[in-house]
Amino acid sequence: MSFLKKSPWILHYDGTSCNGCDIEVLACLTPMYDVERFGIVNVGNPKHADILLITGSVNEQNTPVVKNLYRQMPEPKAVVAIGICATSGGIFQDCYNVKGGIDKVIPVDVYVPGCAARPEAIIDGVVKALGILEEKAKALKEAAHRQPVEVEESSHD
Amino acid sequence: MIEQANITTLERSELLSKVGELFNQGYRLVQICCTLKDAFELSYSFDKDHALLTLRLQVSREDAQVPSVSGIYFCALVYENEMHDLFGLNVTDMALDFQGTFYKTAIKTPFNTPPPIAK
Amino acid sequence: MANRMIVPFGPQHPVLPEPIHLDLVLEDDKVVDAIPSLGFVHRGLEKLGEKKDFFEMTYVAERICGICSFIHGLGYCQAIEAVMNIEVPARARYLRTFWSELSRVHSHLLWLGLMADAAGFESLFMHSWRVREKIVNLIDETAGGRVIFGSCKIGGTRRDIEPETLKRIARDLDEIETSIREITAIFEDDYSLKHRLEGVGVVSKEDAHKLGAVGPVLRASGISQDTRSLGYAAYGELEWEPVVETAGDCQARSVVRAREIYQSLNLMRQCIQKMPDGPVDVKVTGLPNGEYFSRLEQPRGEVVYYVKANGSKFLDRFRVRTPTFANIAPLLHMLKGCEFADVALIVLTIDPCISCAER
Repeated sequence: MSFLKKSPWILHYDGTSCNGCDIEVLACLTPMYDVERFGIVNVGNPKHADILLITGSVNEQNTPVVKNLYRQMPEPKAVVAIGICATSGGIFQDCYNVKGGIDKVIPVDVYVPGCAARPEAIIDGVVKALGILEEKAKALKEAAHRQPVEVEESSHD
Repeated sequence: MIEQANITTLERSELLSKVGELFNQGYRLVQICCTLKDAFELSYSFDKDHALLTLRLQVSREDAQVPSVSGIYFCALVYENEMHDLFGLNVTDMALDFQGTFYKTAIKTPFNTPPPIAK
Repeated sequence: MANRMIVPFGPQHPVLPEPIHLDLVLEDDKVVDAIPSLGFVHRGLEKLGEKKDFFEMTYVAERICGICSFIHGLGYCQAIEAVMNIEVPARARYLRTFWSELSRVHSHLLWLGLMADAAGFESLFMHSWRVREKIVNLIDETAGGRVIFGSCKIGGTRRDIEPETLKRIARDLDEIETSIREITAIFEDDYSLKHRLEGVGVVSKEDAHKLGAVGPVLRASGISQDTRSLGYAAYGELEWEPVVETAGDCQARSVVRAREIYQSLNLMRQCIQKMPDGPVDVKVTGLPNGEYFSRLEQPRGEVVYYVKANGSKFLDRFRVRTPTFANIAPLLHMLKGCEFADVALIVLTIDPCISCAER
């Protein structure tokens, strides 16, 4: 695979998803779609993950969890919102306990549409996030050349 | 196929003895449901040999209190904590009382408020 | 005196794709108590019944859970149909049964995969999911979506399946069954899996009944209770027996699910054979007024839909009692006395669906 320079590791978190998008995320990792052949690995620890995949919207109780996961990930990092719930709240937008899309609490780089998002769309979203990740890495490197390393903490905490 | 509902109405004071009777007859607790209109309407559903039996109970808003059946059916505690957290119905003597922390919701007792204005 | 401490389990845990949180009270390595807390996936969708009309609620019901989506939609439709006295055409009842069983096979294969993964059998996980993709393809082909079917509506089904397609699917099912046999044989006979699962998380027959367990958890403890016996959809016209095991441990629960896959495949074949001709829906007019408890069997157990309508297009109350919610109390019972290392496995054997449980 020549177009991928690095093997991105992904972290998956289920917001208030109905499971539909979650099983499609898992389906991406299994033999039929098998993103592992590109070196994309699902990891359980945010501290060594590059891309955060979030399914489902945010509510009162999982807001701190989502923020914490995001904060723990090292720079550069990208966030992919998977499915319509993660994008805007979707059909559950009017629910009293739903805040809305993931971008209400952390910055999102890629939005993947669908209810549930199809594995092809999810893979496409991850590939798009890779491009963003590379740009971010480049920007980070340039900033490091200009001045001593001082990684900015996310303003969304 | 339409299953018969078989609903029996009863008073709050009769609840525990009736539920105890059903327990001894080998009924399984299927669910407890709360509906709030002018008053709390509680439905306790039981199953035996695939026949559904429902006990119906009215509790006024002013006196929003009901005894717990979790002493008889331990599994009732999840339904009762749910009623407490979502409807603000006071359930006394629960086997495991979460004291309102079973569900953490953005607004307190969301089912017990006038309908919020649409976003 | 043993050391007593509280260990939080979850919400983000590698074994579970969904957030569940338990506070485990440990004495050394032994769990003496487990306290669950919900709310990570709580959306409050029951309240949507007051904002969306009763036709739109079909879509909401399907999205309670992405794994048992079809049966959720069916449960809601059956409740409304009972309130409005709608007679569903025979072909629609058979199609509904067919899709219900298709979703059961997909759910059970998914679960077998997760179980294998939790027990350290990663290739088995991959194999289960590989076979599951074939089922998902059938869902995609017949219903139009991989996860959310969208094919059930009040008054019947939204689409029909062509007779030729059904015949081809019958042949596909034979092929799929051969692949599934390889997988379930491991769950029934493998020494190291048995070693891990046997005698762990035991629920006796009496306790399972008393604690209100449903579905495979109840049937693994020797109680022959399957809501499909009520004969809703076309189940009353098909031949089948509930799958029952007696040991009540993790192994029994796995075996019940493994055997239920064959039962479902068999039911699907019967559906294809007996599928009557005719329309797949009736026109729905008027507004619902009344209340109804509708019960169905999901892959995870009995689900109860309660609908209370007031003669307007909005519902007074839309309530779902999902199988996982009913299985919380049995789960707490199983966890008491188990070893800490077994917690994840035991939690998995009730096949927890948190988005169902918290709605």
